[in-house]
Amino acid sequence: MPAHGTRIRSLALGGIRHVFSVAAERFGELCDVRLLPPAMDGNPRTVIELDDAVAVLGGFPALAGATLAVGAGEIVLLRGPNGAGKTSLLRLCAGLLPIVRGSGRVLGFDLATERDAIRPRVGLLGHSNGLYADLTVAENVGFWGSTVGATTGEIRAALERLGLAGRLADVRVRTLSAGQRRRTALACVVARRAELWLLDEPHAGLDADGRDELDAVLRQAAASGATIVVASHELERAGSLATRTVDVVAGQIAEQQ
Amino acid sequence: MKRRQIIQLIAAKDLRIERHSRVVANQILPFAGVTMVMFGFALDSSDVLERVAPGLVWLATLFSLLVLVQRTFAIETDDGALDALRVAGVDPVAIFWGKALALAVQLAVLEVVLLGAALVLYGAEMHVGGVLLLVTTLVAATCGLAAVGTLYGGLAAGFKGRETLLPLLVFPVVAPVLIGATRAVESALGTAGAAVSEGWPWVGLLAVFAVAFGVGGSLAFGPLVDE
Amino acid sequence: MTMIDQDPLPPRASTSGTTATRATRLLGLATIMSMAWLVAFGLGFSPADRDQEEAVRILYVHVPTIWIAYLAFVVTALGSAIYLFGRNHSLGFDRLAGASAEIGVAFVAATLVVGSLWGRLTWGVFWRWDARLTTTALLFVSYIGYVAVRRLGGSHHQRARRSAVIGLLAVLEIPLVHWSVRLWRSLHQEATVLDPGGDIDMDGLMLFSLFVGVVSFTLLYVWLLMHRTRSMAMEDLLDEQGLDVALEARRAEASGR
Repeated sequence: MPAHGTRIRSLALGGIRHVFSVAAERFGELCDVRLLPPAMDGNPRTVIELDDAVAVLGGFPALAGATLAVGAGEIVLLRGPNGAGKTSLLRLCAGLLPIVRGSGRVLGFDLATERDAIRPRVGLLGHSNGLYADLTVAENVGFWGSTVGATTGEIRAALERLGLAGRLADVRVRTLSAGQRRRTALACVVARRAELWLLDEPHAGLDADGRDELDAVLRQAAASGATIVVASHELERAGSLATRTVDVVAGQIAEQQ
Repeated sequence: MKRRQIIQLIAAKDLRIERHSRVVANQILPFAGVTMVMFGFALDSSDVLERVAPGLVWLATLFSLLVLVQRTFAIETDDGALDALRVAGVDPVAIFWGKALALAVQLAVLEVVLLGAALVLYGAEMHVGGVLLLVTTLVAATCGLAAVGTLYGGLAAGFKGRETLLPLLVFPVVAPVLIGATRAVESALGTAGAAVSEGWPWVGLLAVFAVAFGVGGSLAFGPLVDE
Repeated sequence: MTMIDQDPLPPRASTSGTTATRATRLLGLATIMSMAWLVAFGLGFSPADRDQEEAVRILYVHVPTIWIAYLAFVVTALGSAIYLFGRNHSLGFDRLAGASAEIGVAFVAATLVVGSLWGRLTWGVFWRWDARLTTTALLFVSYIGYVAVRRLGGSHHQRARRSAVIGLLAVLEIPLVHWSVRLWRSLHQEATVLDPGGDIDMDGLMLFSLFVGVVSFTLLYVWLLMHRTRSMAMEDLLDEQGLDVALEARRAEASGR
């Protein structure tokens, strides 16, 4: 008899706890509680520190000893010929490409051992867009935003910022032009509100309006505290945006100005 | 975001993609149906077909599983979405369960269709007493197959020759499911005089398999898929 | 950095360019002597069986090969576990696991071939779908899959992690497959003259010959394992040196500009 009583009681308590936690979740969403803890402190710190980093793609050393330091709030332009390793550098900093030799820290986390902590805090726009072709623009941005706990408001804002909130929002990505897809991918990055933005040729495929919009988005992001690293062949446009230019040659950082 | 929400997010995303693209409905289901017809041509005797109908259903299911798994990961690798999922820092356990859940739903639909095809094409008969066994078998087998498919599909996803690697990895592993599910369905349908009561131990085996690979898969998925 | 493979080869081996050392030569000698004993006892001294007559002699090879195969797969599982869960993530254990699996596959293949010959002589058929044979066949295919996964490419640690997971999963499958096949076959009682699942009744010299067989094949296994792990270490070393060469070439590219 007593055993039954305690069982029922613990079940009831469990049920109440469940209801409570669901309610707390909803409340948290209403108050727009962010998923990630805030940045460590307000002091300027080095967002990226690489020391002779080597990364490999199928046996080939895409990065052959890269040393780089990027501080918070900077906008860095990566310049260099095709095959220099700009994409690999960005992927390394995003925590995607494993570091094989040398050492590095991104946002304070070690690249060798703490890649999992780096990834949610970074927004990477790679060569491919990372979109689901059969979903609409709004569904894509909604999905990618939701993976970091962005609210519907933030997702809406991201769509509006990139001019995708109108007719285009309900169009399937499959039917969009390359430039429009690029904009959608960018909206996904915007929705993440990351501390570090890593953009690989973001201007490619965009029309003149799209490029202007992109510049505006980047300036706004930098103004609100994000650090941005852009690899681009658009030297004039990106150069005017950037606080610093870095040359990448044969897998290494050649000069910094 | 809690893990449960991410799982729902990913499963919903996969099912939404299917709703928009209709690849399973328009290509994979017909493929499965054609396989059943092909079996009919090859075996050519209605007695034999009725006797082996449960086995053929599960064989067709396994072949279609391969196609389904490749499809579920093709949507990720097509535009670098799998990379993007990794960069997003989404918990790999959640990715596993989300994709396995969507795969299970599609697989369940497939199995029901195949069962229907067996009833029609092979003259198998269903009687009321076996329905509970049949449903339980379907659920247990589907869970196990979805877990194994998601796990090895994720591994094979990024590599050349994945179409041939996947069957090589998957088939030895799902042999118990093939054996168990076939015997259980035989009991449920009363094929060759099998009694319904004989089927339940097999369902137990299927359940153990599903749990083992559900747990093992969710733990193994992260290390396997990560670079 | 733990990233780099720093497991050394035995000093003499690395300078001589072969994988043979005094230990392996002694071991090899012991294996040959043991095999000679096996031939002597198996083919000569031990008597023919009542029912199977001379065919029983095949068992002195067939039974040890499957036992050693199981041993090999257990070693693979242990090596995989130590690699994954050990603090150092030492690649030596990954190589141990891989080498052992390769040898295990060879032994299972030998078991199946020799066993089918035995089956032809005693049962009249090369194959039957009983519990033991079916499980062995599935075991064979499972580990072929393991070896295929090892060849997928990537860095050594990526290969090691992937294979370790697959190796542990393969060990998890074995009991599942075993139970299901056992259950399957037990429901189809098949009366045979010789119980295929049972142990052959042996005594005296026959048992001793079997014992010699086990010892010989164990020695063979260890000898093969030592050589194979060393040659794998040399292959890995070659990869590392290849990377060094590639790095130098790439760095030269940069400074050559």
